[in-house]
Amino acid sequence: MVDAFAGLVEQRDALASGSCSSRELVDAALERHAATHVRLNAVVHSRGERAQRDADEADARRASGKVLSALDGVAIVLKDNMVMRGEPTTCSSRILEGYSSPFDACVVERLQAAGAVVLGAANMDEFAMGSSTENTIHGVAHNPWDLERTCGGSSGGSAASVSAGIVGGALGSDTGGSIRQPASFCGVTGLKPTYGRVSRWGLVAFASSLDQIGTFTHSAADAALLLETIAGHDPRDSTSIPEPVPQYSEGLDGDVEGLTIGLPKEYFDVSGGDPEVLERVRAGVADLEAAGAKVVEVSLPRTRYGVPAYYLIANAEASSNLARFDGARYGRRAEGVADYQQMYERSRSEGFGDEVKRRIMLGTYVLSAGYFDAYYKKAQQVRTLLRDDFDAAFSQCDVIATPTSPETAFALGEKIDDPVSMYLSDIYTVSANLAGIPGISVPCGLTGGLPVGLQLLGRVLDEGRLLRVADAYQRRTDHHLVHPPEFA
Amino acid sequence: MSEAREDQLYMGYEVVIGLEVHTHLRTQSKLFSPAPVAYGDEPNHNTHPVDLALPGVLPVLNRSVIELAIRLGLATHSTINERSVFSRKNYFYPDLPKGYQISQFEEPTVSDGWLEIEVASGKGKKKGKKKGGGAEVVQKRIGITRAHLEEDAGKSIHDATHATTDTLVDLNRAGVPLLEIVSEPDLRSAAEASAYLKKLRAILRYIGVSDADMEKGQFRCDANVSLRRPGAELGTRTEIKNLNSFAFVEAAINAEVERQAEVLDDGDEVVQATMAFDPATGHTSVMRLKENADDYRYFDDPDLVPLMISEADIEAVQAQLPELPDDKRDRFVAEYALSESDATTLTQSRALAQFFEDATVIHAQPKSVANWILRDVLQSLGEGDRSIEDLALTPESFAALVALVDSGRLTAKSGREIYGVLAESGGDPEAIMAERGLESVQDTGLIEGVAREVIASNPDSVDKYREGDGKVLNFLMGQVMKATQGKANPADVKQILERELAAQ
Amino acid sequence: MTKISADQVTYIAGLARLSLDPDEVDRMARDMDRILEWVATLEELDTSDITPTAHAIELETPVREDEAAPALDPEVAVSNAPRHVGTAFSVPKVLEGEEG
Repeated sequence: MVDAFAGLVEQRDALASGSCSSRELVDAALERHAATHVRLNAVVHSRGERAQRDADEADARRASGKVLSALDGVAIVLKDNMVMRGEPTTCSSRILEGYSSPFDACVVERLQAAGAVVLGAANMDEFAMGSSTENTIHGVAHNPWDLERTCGGSSGGSAASVSAGIVGGALGSDTGGSIRQPASFCGVTGLKPTYGRVSRWGLVAFASSLDQIGTFTHSAADAALLLETIAGHDPRDSTSIPEPVPQYSEGLDGDVEGLTIGLPKEYFDVSGGDPEVLERVRAGVADLEAAGAKVVEVSLPRTRYGVPAYYLIANAEASSNLARFDGARYGRRAEGVADYQQMYERSRSEGFGDEVKRRIMLGTYVLSAGYFDAYYKKAQQVRTLLRDDFDAAFSQCDVIATPTSPETAFALGEKIDDPVSMYLSDIYTVSANLAGIPGISVPCGLTGGLPVGLQLLGRVLDEGRLLRVADAYQRRTDHHLVHPPEFA
Repeated sequence: MSEAREDQLYMGYEVVIGLEVHTHLRTQSKLFSPAPVAYGDEPNHNTHPVDLALPGVLPVLNRSVIELAIRLGLATHSTINERSVFSRKNYFYPDLPKGYQISQFEEPTVSDGWLEIEVASGKGKKKGKKKGGGAEVVQKRIGITRAHLEEDAGKSIHDATHATTDTLVDLNRAGVPLLEIVSEPDLRSAAEASAYLKKLRAILRYIGVSDADMEKGQFRCDANVSLRRPGAELGTRTEIKNLNSFAFVEAAINAEVERQAEVLDDGDEVVQATMAFDPATGHTSVMRLKENADDYRYFDDPDLVPLMISEADIEAVQAQLPELPDDKRDRFVAEYALSESDATTLTQSRALAQFFEDATVIHAQPKSVANWILRDVLQSLGEGDRSIEDLALTPESFAALVALVDSGRLTAKSGREIYGVLAESGGDPEAIMAERGLESVQDTGLIEGVAREVIASNPDSVDKYREGDGKVLNFLMGQVMKATQGKANPADVKQILERELAAQ
Repeated sequence: MTKISADQVTYIAGLARLSLDPDEVDRMARDMDRILEWVATLEELDTSDITPTAHAIELETPVREDEAAPALDPEVAVSNAPRHVGTAFSVPKVLEGEEG
């Protein structure tokens, strides 16, 4: 049997050598979920016996020599905004209570085609709107490193489920940092691929032009395995990129000789950033430099406009994407409504939480007559400028290194009544979504007993290089092998 | 805009009409989902998760609508835009599952075109061509502002006979591809509006863009109507919604013109509103006021990328485009020496025009083939939506029939009898003629004999004839025809009778 | 600076089909004010000649061949519905001609 913190590569090898079965892996994951659930509240829907049955099938395949992939038989957790046939999907919202999808998300199909076992769905902020996994009908999720602190968000449950050793891999979605920030807070590796690299078919939309599915794992090598399983063109998603998927795992050679890393001065300069976080990140960059990479200073001069631009674009799209939740065809309908107008207003008012309502209101406002140009169009123009900033920076370097978040995990409740301060915790992550580029957060040490994340950003479709650099870093350091004491 | 025509004024007002036509595109599947497009099925039997707006679904554009939009653009002399964009039109309604309709807003695929309609010329106006000896007709060009692609909504069923007072929602129609074709306000009467709609429908069917069956809701019209004094600025318009038959279009526009004229004559102002037409009362009434512009919060759909159409795409469609009705009409006039009016009628349906040309190849008498079609075939097709393909008639049998009549082997009367058989059940006219013994009597000797007998047995009539009563000849002819069982050619009979009468 | 009135909040809530009680309207006006004040920093950037970006990644128009796939089982289509009559969704009454 393997350790609870065994990564996907280790689990693959254990299954191949026969030192453990898929059923044992899945049983262990279910037990660990049960044992930690009260403290963490990371996984909100467990497939239980159905996952065990899937594991038995994986073992049967293996016994007959028909292994489907490297991930055949390993357990993976979804985020609760990815639909799976016959399983509930709530997006942590009351409005979707009881909903069961008649079809599978593309990522679910691909996991299943690879033989991976879907263990269940993880806690998240309602409709992925939040940075703390506090806006959720399932109850707040907790950080395995400190239960009084947030695991980040919106994919907080996915991050916590890997951090606490429930599973070796989880999926999340990242609209403005919702994978990288919780990965940073929970001390795991979080990858947001290029926009369009992983199909959004079956991902419940928050902001269509920004949403991207990605991975949580213990290491970059594990992320490579999981990404090559779920990535690739899907004709059902018009924004899916029709390019073949490289075998990311094969490119992990540990070599960073000749690589140029850009350090954007603005990211190390923003007031309010925790100096110890910046120090840990600088040390991480120094490790890469010692391994042969060259470090140059670059500039992303319009970084500070990223969050407001992101906020306007994301919420405008969200206000429209969430119009379908109306109580008519699925989900929750308010009781005792006299006509359809009341059905809409009461079902939506009762079904959505405060943050979601606030964002729908803002999004509706900025698209409404007379305000479109001043807000929405302006934000799209700023988006162009942010892309230009990245283009200029990438003409000087191969990857950009930044802190993932200006701080370590903050206390639960600390920002819940201060929306703007909550939004600003995405300051280092949103620009990648606006520009569509990939980013990865890797653990680079602790400060005050809490993990710090180093973010690497790359050019469009340059996930291979990001994974290679992150893997090279992890070959030389062991920050990713440090686990939360309470669960270790 | 041209000068107002006196003969088109109503109570001294110029009528200004623009039409918005929604036409379903002829596709197998929906605009953004692979659900089948079908009519008349039970609720929600033709849906896909995309049409139900289930969480997690995404739209993907149906390839064939691009070609259909290009065809319409070419057929209406329009600009086909290199780039067009699908936007979201946001509003809530139970038959609109996503809470927004995907439609083209600022950048439609097709814009700035026109088509021509035939209208009766005003007195003393431009010289036109005679139409059947009646009023003069001229071609009038009607501008097409734009034609944009969008998805249809589902249906809300407000049926009080149901056990529930609730509204039922059927999404079979949700997502069916539409072109919304918006005309310029160039129409000046209900009759012109009707002519425009008929022309547009004929074009859509010709080029295979839409079946445009009004009864199936595949061709729906909203009319924007306003009045003004000649030369004045455009008046406030109202929009009459959902005019789903040609009869309603004219009646509704006329009713609305009458209503607006009364309002204006009373010194009141027309209020901008959406109107409904009640065919039972023949009146229009306000459905909903448009006090505030509707705040639809249009923005580019982030789930879709702009539609790019290249010159090569357009050329490929152009190469496949069938001859258009107007071109065909002009060719029929030139090639077959038909009148403009006859050519127009023959080319209204592509199938009918093809039938005419096929028959003409076999029997090279275009004039008589055309006459038979215009008289007998059109009568068989009636007013309804029957097509030439619904008849048992083939171009071969029809051409053979016309040839028999033209050669004198059949009288027109017998020809019509055989036509009836061919239209109903088909067959070979020569065989039917033989079977029914309808071949004309062409033996002049025989007719002379009969004529002499008739003269001999009707002395009174012969006397009257000789006294100069010409009408008696018809009676005598009738007697001869009767005796030959209608198989003699009337012209022959007349000639022989006159000769015999003169000889006696 | 932007000041969102209670009437504006009510109007926007109407468009978004949210019903807010008077307390919520006040709170929302306050939150929206604060957020809009914050996003107003974008005005510092001159964007007059800048093309807006709607999609970060530019792709050719993706299309689907016009082939009908089997429809969703109608029983499944309505299986998540709060109410349905046969295979039709059932919603509280709609007054004909109110919209659309």
